[in-house]
Amino acid sequence: MSITSTEDTAERLARLEQTIEHLLAEAKRLGASAAEASVGSSAGLEVGVRLGEVETVEHTRDNGLSITVYFGHRRGSSSTTDLSHDSLRAAVKAACAIAAHTQEDPCANLADAALMAHGVLDLDLYHPWPIGVEEAVRIAAECEDAARGFDPRIVNSEGASLSAHSGLQVYGNSHGFVGGYPSTRHGLSCAVIGEEGDTMQRDYWWTSARAAADLEPARLVGERAAQRTVARLGGRQLDTCKAPVLFRAEVATGLVRSLVSAISGSSLYRRASFLLDHLGERIFPEFVRIHEEPHLPRGLSSAPFDGDGVATWAKDLVSEGVLRTYVLDTYSGCRMKLPTTGNAGGVRNLVVAMGERDRAGMLALMGTGLFVTELMGHGVNAVTGDYSRGAAGFWVENGEIAYPVEEITIAGNLKSMYANLVAVGNDCDFSGSTRNGSWLIDEMTIAGQ
Amino acid sequence: MNDPITIARNSILVPARLDDHHLDRLLGLLAGSHLDAADIYFQKSRLQSWVLEDGVIKDGNFSIEQGVGIRAVSGEKTGFAYSDELEYPALAQAAEAARAIARAGSQARVRIGHVQAQRRLYEPIDPLESLPDEDKVELLRRVDAEAKRQDTRIKEVTASIVAVQDTVLVLSDDGTLAADVRPLVRLNISVIAEDQGHREQGGSGGGARTDLGWFLLEDRALEFAREAVRLALTNLEAEPAPAGSMTVVLGPGWPGVLLHEAIGHGLEGDFNRKGTSAFAGRVGERVAAPGVTVVDDGTLPGRRGSLNMDDEGTTTQSTVLIENGILRGYMQDKLNARLMGVRSTGNGRRESYAHLPMPRMTNTYMLAGTHDPREIIASVERGLYAVNFGGGQVDITSGKFVFSTSEAYLIEGGKIGRPVKGATLIGNGPDVLTRVSMIGNDLSLDTGVGTCGKEGQSVPVGVGQPTLRIDSLTVGGTGSE
Repeated sequence: MSITSTEDTAERLARLEQTIEHLLAEAKRLGASAAEASVGSSAGLEVGVRLGEVETVEHTRDNGLSITVYFGHRRGSSSTTDLSHDSLRAAVKAACAIAAHTQEDPCANLADAALMAHGVLDLDLYHPWPIGVEEAVRIAAECEDAARGFDPRIVNSEGASLSAHSGLQVYGNSHGFVGGYPSTRHGLSCAVIGEEGDTMQRDYWWTSARAAADLEPARLVGERAAQRTVARLGGRQLDTCKAPVLFRAEVATGLVRSLVSAISGSSLYRRASFLLDHLGERIFPEFVRIHEEPHLPRGLSSAPFDGDGVATWAKDLVSEGVLRTYVLDTYSGCRMKLPTTGNAGGVRNLVVAMGERDRAGMLALMGTGLFVTELMGHGVNAVTGDYSRGAAGFWVENGEIAYPVEEITIAGNLKSMYANLVAVGNDCDFSGSTRNGSWLIDEMTIAGQ
Repeated sequence: MNDPITIARNSILVPARLDDHHLDRLLGLLAGSHLDAADIYFQKSRLQSWVLEDGVIKDGNFSIEQGVGIRAVSGEKTGFAYSDELEYPALAQAAEAARAIARAGSQARVRIGHVQAQRRLYEPIDPLESLPDEDKVELLRRVDAEAKRQDTRIKEVTASIVAVQDTVLVLSDDGTLAADVRPLVRLNISVIAEDQGHREQGGSGGGARTDLGWFLLEDRALEFAREAVRLALTNLEAEPAPAGSMTVVLGPGWPGVLLHEAIGHGLEGDFNRKGTSAFAGRVGERVAAPGVTVVDDGTLPGRRGSLNMDDEGTTTQSTVLIENGILRGYMQDKLNARLMGVRSTGNGRRESYAHLPMPRMTNTYMLAGTHDPREIIASVERGLYAVNFGGGQVDITSGKFVFSTSEAYLIEGGKIGRPVKGATLIGNGPDVLTRVSMIGNDLSLDTGVGTCGKEGQSVPVGVGQPTLRIDSLTVGGTGSE
């Protein structure tokens, strides 16, 4: 049930492209002035091992299609998981029926034809992993074994799981643009439980890549999961105070996500962003650069064109601390009276320019404060930037980790947190679509006992 | 025709040309001697949504998801395959893939036996057709107008209406056939209030397992609009929340998200079978103050979290989780119940055919106490009165949970004072309820907005509680104490 041979893939891609063309023709036949559609098909294997035994073997297989029709500036859309001929016709009809009741929206339109991608760039995203269940189980077991054997305080496990996925995605619209490409994504993760006294802690680690060869070794993933778990044991609360906060690299990525959300078109035109009217203004210190690289070979969110068919391009979101662009698709761009930035579907591979300091250097720079390794909850207000989240991590004294802390919150406002970013570390140590080091913020309110 | 089994057969099996003979053969493939359990879950889910933004109906969507998930269980091992193609060859292939989890056994002969009788907590209706499309978009326009009419500071209104009909047919390895037709409607409104460059958001909404006419009853939709406006305007006046440990009074209804996070997830059977929950092995122990009784009840008529049967075909029930402060039991699906030697509590739920079932909550709430809510407020010299919340999260293993306020006030000298900005509250699940010192007589349930996420799967749930006084909880604001 997995896609293995490239010849197969080319045929399937051609068939999905044909499906798109049929859909667009059907929309035209029903009177639509324009239409766009996307169709995807993927298959995969996911295996879970717990306490050395197979726990789950899942064979996944997903199909999906969505179509949007335009009658002038009125829009309707529909989607289905059933790619049969009858179902496709029904989907187009349903979208047209919806459009009969939506209202004129001057921005409801396809992207400008001149912006369509020319051909489909090969970004090296397709590396099928024809792995069998037995081999998948062996790798997941090796990963979990490494975690369980790491320290006697690791007493239980949520298991390790391995996944291998392969898929095809095709988009087309009535400008005549049809483009599609295959891609793969594989992963390995492990979560274990440590015990000390009568308290337990859980932590995990993961790796994710387009090609199996780029995954971190199974043993390493397990050991890091165990290491992180053991380090949390014996955590205590802090007294309520104000202190500098260092966000571990993968946790700091959440601060980047909040930025992207605040400069995204849909937040801006609804005036639901704390960064309204900040284009061209300094929002970070001068050393900060955040760059988008949609064509990064094997990048986890690389794409040659966006969800509107617009060719993507590399750009700075922030350079010299100044907000250089919003993140717009065709619709939100029109609402903002700006051209699209080729970001329908989001940003693709962000790189935060890293500084000189490694982990130890960042801890030393902070001196005494909180090193946050986990955040909990949804306490980010996108409209005001107010930030208050549950946290766990380590109290740091004179640049050295003193003891683990938990059941505390950290609070501030994103706008001032961004403006008062002290440094970005070079300690990026995780696989993800954002490359980022740890972030040191000069001061936040910590609530505890 | 108004019978869920007939509706499910006609909408799912008939178009795929599947008859009972095919189902018997599939069960036979699964019921080999080395399997402990197996099931086949057919689903067809239809959804229609409309969105109003900037004063116009800007978008609408109609979607259909259908497929089948086939599961084979041997001991603690689960084999699972799903397909969105429903023709017999695709199903047989999925069944072969799922059963490979066990050593190959001989094929067994199973016949579809009895058809499970059904309760009617909601009618097997099609809410998509319950109102003409013109009336749905007109309702959104009225909601928009009502919000803007309240106050000139309301600048942006986004409103949406969603209707879902979810039809499921579950075939168990013992030949039991069960079906459920689940309507679900939802209306949401979000507004931005702006005053001298300062902006705040307010949101409200509700839903139920019924038809769209529900929103027209008792002025419900317009009440949601007024509530969203009230929240946004209140937050325009809000000052920074305090930071530190203090007495917290939680309002009735939706603040029951506390129960969902602090104890609900920790009492799901899978975490307790595996010993990964902070509550594992603690049945019979005191985990809450005397007077605290918490139930998970999937049988409340029409509620968003209610189900006639769970996704394994088990009839739902009301399960006592905590009785007068003592931990009584866990929520179970079939797999975890079998491995723990108990019966399923009807909490086996899954997001869709493409996901495996696991123990999940339905409607989780605390029973009413005896205190007048005014008396509870009056008892607090200085503290926080939290009335509305956004989402929450819990770490099952350490027991630490958080939930974030979207409407809260200081209590000063026994009186409700100034509104304060959103703050995250953090606590420890196994002991937070031991600090409950007063329970109100005003139990209410939320308006039907809850969605719970676990291991990447979302399901609709409900929560509720009376007004509660908690003697000490950490409040994560930025203000000084």
